[in-house]
Amino acid sequence: MTFNRRTFLGSAAVTAGLLAAPMVRAQGKPRVVVVGGGAGGATAARYIAKDSQGAIDVTLVEPTRTYYTCFFSNLYLGGFRDMQSLGHSYGTLAAEYGINVVHDWAVGVDRDARTVTLAGGSSLPYDRLILSPGIDFVDGAVEGWDLSSQNAMPHAYKGGSQTELLKAQIMAMPQGGTYAMVAPPNPYRCPPGPYERISMVAHTLKEVNPTAKILIADPKEKFSKQGLFEEGWNDHYAGMIERVGPDFGGADVVVDPAAMTLSIDGDVNNVDVCNVIPAMKAGRIAEIAGITEGSWAPVNAVDMSSKMDENIHVLGDAAAQGDMPKSGFSANSQAKVCANAVRGALTGSTVFPARFANTCWSLIDTEDGVKVGATYEATEEKIAKVDGFVSQTGESDELRAATYQESVGWYDGIVADMFG
Amino acid sequence: MWWRLFFIALLGAAGTSQAEVGGDAENGQTLFRQCSGCHEVGQGARDRIGPHLNNIFDRPAGAADGYRYSAGLQRAADGGLVWTYETLDDFIENPRRLVSNTRMSFHGFEVQQERDDLLAYLRQFSASPGNIPEAAPTAAAVDHAVAPEVLAIIGDPAYGEYLSGECTSCHQASGATDGIPSITNWPADDFVVVMHAYKEGVRAHPVMQMMAGRLSNEEIAALAAYFESIE
Repeated sequence: MTFNRRTFLGSAAVTAGLLAAPMVRAQGKPRVVVVGGGAGGATAARYIAKDSQGAIDVTLVEPTRTYYTCFFSNLYLGGFRDMQSLGHSYGTLAAEYGINVVHDWAVGVDRDARTVTLAGGSSLPYDRLILSPGIDFVDGAVEGWDLSSQNAMPHAYKGGSQTELLKAQIMAMPQGGTYAMVAPPNPYRCPPGPYERISMVAHTLKEVNPTAKILIADPKEKFSKQGLFEEGWNDHYAGMIERVGPDFGGADVVVDPAAMTLSIDGDVNNVDVCNVIPAMKAGRIAEIAGITEGSWAPVNAVDMSSKMDENIHVLGDAAAQGDMPKSGFSANSQAKVCANAVRGALTGSTVFPARFANTCWSLIDTEDGVKVGATYEATEEKIAKVDGFVSQTGESDELRAATYQESVGWYDGIVADMFG
Repeated sequence: MWWRLFFIALLGAAGTSQAEVGGDAENGQTLFRQCSGCHEVGQGARDRIGPHLNNIFDRPAGAADGYRYSAGLQRAADGGLVWTYETLDDFIENPRRLVSNTRMSFHGFEVQQERDDLLAYLRQFSASPGNIPEAAPTAAAVDHAVAPEVLAIIGDPAYGEYLSGECTSCHQASGATDGIPSITNWPADDFVVVMHAYKEGVRAHPVMQMMAGRLSNEEIAALAAYFESIE
């Protein structure tokens, strides 16, 4: 239990309220500003608003009016979901939870004054700032590729228009053409994501373009659920998929978006679709706030607070937290721990011990679902793994179908947990 | 299915035994094991995860005293749903097709004969009270023994609410169910028994074994108290 922690947080709240309080508070309530309305930010905003019952003023800053989840976007590529089913509005968070939803970009953080600046020019004061900005891409990570070429060579690693673009390009491939993927180096959002995507692209091509080829340039020796994916590719898509690992130059890649070529270790391939997933880093606002170290923002496991600023918390993909994979499930789990701690700090409510969990489902082919999961705890040093499991190769069709059905139920569950 | 309506009418009029409805009550009793995790029927039957099923025939939907129905079932009840052979047959074929948003997490019986058999069995517990057979209480709804002192732990619903964050990433608090079962408004005892069954590996599901595996007795009781109480 964390009675010490609780006491500490309680007294910190009093101190902040009596001595620090630099803002003139219109309503006299503590203010939380959340930047980023995905699995981390939307969940944190909802839980703080819900559980504080109006005692905390919650503002959520998110540029998009409709949020398209990145999780399950591969199922759209495979034809198992339509784009509409992946889109979610913030209306319930505003109407039923009283969250002030601001559709704008956060472009600056003044940590001394405790304000967030928006692209539209306004400034939001905070007592606690929660950053859940997801990922951005590392400049120059793939030679020949930058954001100006994302139309020719989409990353499709943020949900929405990029996903639709990639699907359109797959459907427009000539018969017998080549879909190429440049897979990202560790660590990156959704470890099984690129390989689930390969499965879903193969599923679509098998139906509309059965002589097409899939080529993967991969800088990693191993990848998540590798045995399960390779078994599935062999069973469902034999002869279609070729993966070039680092031993054969998979890390030595140059692309030419104008010529539509992918060079692996100097060997030039003409390709019809080139899905470039570059190396990733924390969403830019984390860097602007000055709380990153290298590509990510280090946090304390107990409450997801930044190691560089106790008034800022970082959730999800952007955080360097330890053992959890960067996933929507992880972000949602971290958000609830953070919300509980922030509420305790600002209102003196009970702070319960941190506990985290993650499960990631992947679809290989129709009714062929697999999953991996683990539980985690907070240590002084990091979020540390406690226990875990992964689906086995050779499982029955019934179990795989049940796993897929479960993933569909999970999707409904997590979006209800995020958006109300 | 006019013939069935006809038979029911005949049944009501002449008091024909259930065997003539076309179902095999003995086989229905076997099939009922798929229901008994949540429902009790027979002497001493109580509401568990689902309501008891005594006198279910001709009972208006949503009418078991003291049972907290899902909003979906309540809506159907308000719309005048009455449990007849026909409506029960539709319901157990696919519960969510007849009553959207029911908490009943059951895939349904696809085969007509199985539905007939099950309804023939349930029919035995739905005559006038005097006619209810002196049957032994239905097999216990639970599949695992938990020590009485563990069952007796009073859970802290506030702690349970915090812990429930681990559940609601998948299980919807509203009780909606599609691919992942509802755990909302379960009786606390049933919740505790089921969680201990996962914790000890008696129930097979890797995610649930993992999640339950690190919950203490007090934490399980807290979750049970919370999920029993939520609106």
